[in-house]
Amino acid sequence: MYNYNEFDHSFVRARVEEFRDQVERRLSGALTEEEFKPLRLKNGLYLQLHAYMLRVAIPYGTLNCKQMRQLAMIAEKWDKGYGHFTTRQNIQFNWPKLKDVPDILDALADVSMHAIQTSGNCIRNVTADHFAGAARDEIEDARMTAELLRQWSTDHPEFQYLPRKFKIAVTGSPNDRAVTRAHDIGLRTIRDAEGRKGYEVLIGGGLGRTPMIGKVVREFLPKEDLLPYVEAILRVYNLSGRRDNKYKARIKILVHETGIEELKAQIEKEFVSRKSEFPGVNPDLLQTIERDFSPPEYDRLSVDDYVSRIAHDPEFREWVKNNVARHKVPEYGIVTVSLKPVGGTPGDATAYQMRVMANLGEKYAHDELRVSHEQNIVLPHVPKAHIPQIYDELTKAGLATPNLGLLSDIIACPGMDYCALATARSIPIAQDIAKRFDHLQLEQEIGPLKIKISGCINACGHHHVGHIGILGLDKAGVENYQITLGGNATEDAHIGTRVGPGFSSEELIPALERLLKSYLKLRKSPNETFYNCYNRLGMDPFKEALYPHLKTKHKERAGH
Amino acid sequence: MSKIVRDHGFDQDNLKEEDFITLETLRKGVENPVRLDLNNDENPDELQPFFCWVELIRISFPDFNDGRGFSMAKRLRQLGYQGVLRGQGYLIADQYRMARLSGFDEIEIDDLLAARQPEWLWQNQALKKKLSYQDRLLKTG
Repeated sequence: MYNYNEFDHSFVRARVEEFRDQVERRLSGALTEEEFKPLRLKNGLYLQLHAYMLRVAIPYGTLNCKQMRQLAMIAEKWDKGYGHFTTRQNIQFNWPKLKDVPDILDALADVSMHAIQTSGNCIRNVTADHFAGAARDEIEDARMTAELLRQWSTDHPEFQYLPRKFKIAVTGSPNDRAVTRAHDIGLRTIRDAEGRKGYEVLIGGGLGRTPMIGKVVREFLPKEDLLPYVEAILRVYNLSGRRDNKYKARIKILVHETGIEELKAQIEKEFVSRKSEFPGVNPDLLQTIERDFSPPEYDRLSVDDYVSRIAHDPEFREWVKNNVARHKVPEYGIVTVSLKPVGGTPGDATAYQMRVMANLGEKYAHDELRVSHEQNIVLPHVPKAHIPQIYDELTKAGLATPNLGLLSDIIACPGMDYCALATARSIPIAQDIAKRFDHLQLEQEIGPLKIKISGCINACGHHHVGHIGILGLDKAGVENYQITLGGNATEDAHIGTRVGPGFSSEELIPALERLLKSYLKLRKSPNETFYNCYNRLGMDPFKEALYPHLKTKHKERAGH
Repeated sequence: MSKIVRDHGFDQDNLKEEDFITLETLRKGVENPVRLDLNNDENPDELQPFFCWVELIRISFPDFNDGRGFSMAKRLRQLGYQGVLRGQGYLIADQYRMARLSGFDEIEIDDLLAARQPEWLWQNQALKKKLSYQDRLLKTG
């Protein structure tokens, strides 16, 4: 993984000192609250419902074991002993005190970390495929592109006061695990007819209150043109994006209102002008990045013990089936540690659990960990020979839930329990769903299913792209949950369709039970997933399951 | 009264409001080098044919949260403008570095802001100009 050089170190330290000074100037009155706000946001500090929240950057979700231990230390020393991994591959601490924040940032700098640009109207932490560098299907490790973009976007003088936040995601594989089509810019690594690597560039994707799927703005962008092209997109957006209405300020609205063809012409014009004076990226830097992301030295250990444990231990088998993905090296596996225990808060890990994962990564998995946008932790390079030990140690720490990609592997935003914007609870809903289906023992039977829950229309829980999406609203002081079906977050990204009127929190779980039980009856075979079954049959049978009284009325009317 | 912020500190503003003309006046044609006021919703591309007639362009910052001026400055420099670029209005000291790196030479602020955000704050920002990821990324020589 990328190693900080002297410049990175001194930059991050200088930034901590700058923020310390800004906090003091705020306290002395030299900065107004309004002026201070974007400065603290650019340093990851949010004001939440009950307290400040610090969002720490984990660039493209990659961290080493020492860094994970430092996060555990911070959770214990300055927070309540846990942290929350987010859908943008970052970690949030929910209870820091303002006066402690500069010290926390110093502790992060000690291990080459920071909280820069994790909030505010600037280019946010660049995200990437959490299996990058390990996946069998990839053209290139997406993190090399993401690291280049990290350096380019960090403290970019021109783009610190954009109309609104700006998110970039990169995938190096045709199978998109980074939700590139729901980002302001999505980059998909592809090859052209001659076999040269480049990018398909998408713009204008995003969820929130106006969900939109990104549109292709450039079918093939040669790699060396990346920075001038991205700069052209940002410049056009900075000059033309709306600033009169916060909810219409994202680039997706500019794409929608201007039209993709017209905007494309403006971007290409800006690009030609920018490229003519762009000297290219320093080749030494590119080489360093390439070297830092070269694969580890793989140990080709015997897989006999692993295979025989699978044959003899059904619980281990189930966990492997769900939580271990294929690695590009046959003797290796990609292990995902689920942070979604039944009844727990999706994405939360205690300091103890962080240390367990750090120790495992160091001992067995080439000192590397990843945060997935689905709020789990990945050990990307694990010799199969070590997987049985890892499983045993995870089990002891309550981290071996075998639910990856299943019903209880839910994305949920913090909701009313933490967030000032939320209109309903999300975490308790996720917990109730997991508990109910655990009680029914139906999770494995139902198979692959993505449930995503947002506690308000800003859609931080990605409900628009869940196979089942749940949106919590406030109806005259009462929580009300709307269900959408058929969303998809992959390369075939799709916005789900709302089924009908919402449910109260008491009605919601029985409604989902009816929905999924009817799926089990409707599917052609156990191999037909919920999503495929829905696409084959359409909305109607599922709508009937959710609203049985409508069905009765419908029949009565038909009978007369 | 206004102060002009430059890297070495504050200067008094020697120019008066009547020393500036608008884009509309410029379009009608001028005979001598002029100083131009540009609002941050005007298109900098329109200025290119007039570059030889303009010795100073003043871009407005009605609100420090509105970063259009930074991109306008960059674009003007990219189009080949070599005269003085001045930012005017509501910019805070913490933005001085961004302004300089985007192509501005100086910033015009009112006395009230100058009192609340004194000279040394801006001077500190000027010193930080070198700590830039973007410069490091590029091929040199």
